[in-house]
Amino acid sequence: MQRRNSEGAFALAISSPALLIVFGVVLFPLATTLAYSFMNMELISADRGSFAGLRNYAEVLGSEAFWAALGRTAWFTAASTLLETVLGLFIALLLNETFFGVRFLRTIVLIPWAIPTIVNGSLWKWIYNGEYGVMNAIMLKLGLIAEYRSWLSDPFAAMNLVVIADAWKMTPLAAIFFLAALQSVNKATYEAAVVDGAGATRRFFSLTLPYLAPTILIVLLMRTVEKFKAFDIFYMITKGGPANGTKVLMYETYLSAFTNLQYSKAATYSYLFVIIIAGLTALYVRALDKSEAGNG
Amino acid sequence: MVEKNRALDAAKFVFAIAVAVGVLAPFAWMFVTSVGSARDLAAAPPRLAPSEWNLDRYRAIFTSASKTDVAYAFRVAMGNSLVVAGAVTLAALVAGGLAAYSFARLEFRGRRPLLLFMLFTYMAPPVVFVIPLYALFEKLGWLNSRAALVLLYSSFVIPFIVWVMRGFFASISRSYEDAAAMDGCTRLQALWHVFLPMARPGFVATGILAFLMSWDEFFMALVFTSNLKAKTISVAIAEFNGKFSIDYGMISAGGVLASLPPVIIALAFQKYIVMGMTSGGVKE
Repeated sequence: MQRRNSEGAFALAISSPALLIVFGVVLFPLATTLAYSFMNMELISADRGSFAGLRNYAEVLGSEAFWAALGRTAWFTAASTLLETVLGLFIALLLNETFFGVRFLRTIVLIPWAIPTIVNGSLWKWIYNGEYGVMNAIMLKLGLIAEYRSWLSDPFAAMNLVVIADAWKMTPLAAIFFLAALQSVNKATYEAAVVDGAGATRRFFSLTLPYLAPTILIVLLMRTVEKFKAFDIFYMITKGGPANGTKVLMYETYLSAFTNLQYSKAATYSYLFVIIIAGLTALYVRALDKSEAGNG
Repeated sequence: MVEKNRALDAAKFVFAIAVAVGVLAPFAWMFVTSVGSARDLAAAPPRLAPSEWNLDRYRAIFTSASKTDVAYAFRVAMGNSLVVAGAVTLAALVAGGLAAYSFARLEFRGRRPLLLFMLFTYMAPPVVFVIPLYALFEKLGWLNSRAALVLLYSSFVIPFIVWVMRGFFASISRSYEDAAAMDGCTRLQALWHVFLPMARPGFVATGILAFLMSWDEFFMALVFTSNLKAKTISVAIAEFNGKFSIDYGMISAGGVLASLPPVIIALAFQKYIVMGMTSGGVKE
């Protein structure tokens, strides 16, 4: 018992710097934002600071803007996560083979991931540029378009171009996860399957895919959480436009907080966000626990 | 059978080329833009190779002394990014490493909820913290301060390090501790002489990722910095990009330079990065 007490004290002592920094920064704003979401904090309002009950939530959940932003966020999340996962899987399968140059390819594949998000945004904005952009030039040469277009002025096209820009940077992450899983595969099983006459397609669907399933689930969840919070790349490429076509949840929240100074609205958005993220995180932890149990 | 393999090999070859081009071409294009002349940049169709190599923009970034110059702003902002990311890495490794050890090895009350709260902090959307913090920091005079950025970044980098390093520590066999205790080591000595050396790859891996996360961070820097005292390179690039007429040559030069530290680190320490990413999950 004595030993246990001293263990607890020791644990607290050595964790205190981390706990102090994290809790010191995080607890006060977390509580304050929660309070704001139940208060009237609009700057122009006469009874600023008064208790508002669930009015902010009712207002946000009853507004078209929220559901539109949620829909756009869901589209961005689904499209880019799917693209990254599928492409990442194929790239991982390729990198798992042995052929001339595979080591070089494995090395360079991380480059897009390492490029800062903001730089990635400016890089693709330049590629998409309507007058001098290289995308127009290539598509014209291939005969896909008859004349130059200003791609980012169409709301739906702009959204999907942000998806591509984001997927370019983040696909390597998925590929690396899958490659790491593939490299711990038991080769003997595959050899046995080859001896039994199973073709490449068959081997992929009945051996590789089930084996990778837990990793795929983890990557999907992890990426979904991150995509939901996407902001930087939208700030850089589209600023939420055109015609609000790329105004995702995080962008809407940022605008209410720092451009329109609607603190209650921003706080309410933030907490709706927290609820979504907490749910996804719980799923993620469960998937991690399961896959650890499976490996152990 | 043989026929089919040949088709598969051909497909593999084509895909490999496509991946290599897909990975390298956009970055190469940014570099070409950064050394192209103004005329090259306004050419339609674009010139895939610059008519002449124009290194003026890089020279300006490294030497410009005029405080109103974008090149000057890029240099100062790059310095800020370096200082902030370096300090965060150091602070978070020490504080996070110690906490990770206690979460992995010691029994104490509230261990599981504290750990989950750490994970939550790391996953939470930053907007949920930022509104009250902005008001508070304004009052304290902490806006436009690199130290404030270090503190803010530490609040999500430490949880990341705790989460991943806890896994590393947990995988070290208990028998080492028992042996150290038998030799009369205190807990702190065992931590220093046994755990630290054994977990070194883990510290290298998480340290690199901590640096890259801080280097990449944009949202908080955007909110909390507005002048060159603390503005990071991402904010400087984004701001310049928002100007009415954008000089893509300059922005590309800044982009290439801002990418160099993380790209070099990613290429040099790939093994560690993969290890850090796949043990416990990473978000960036």
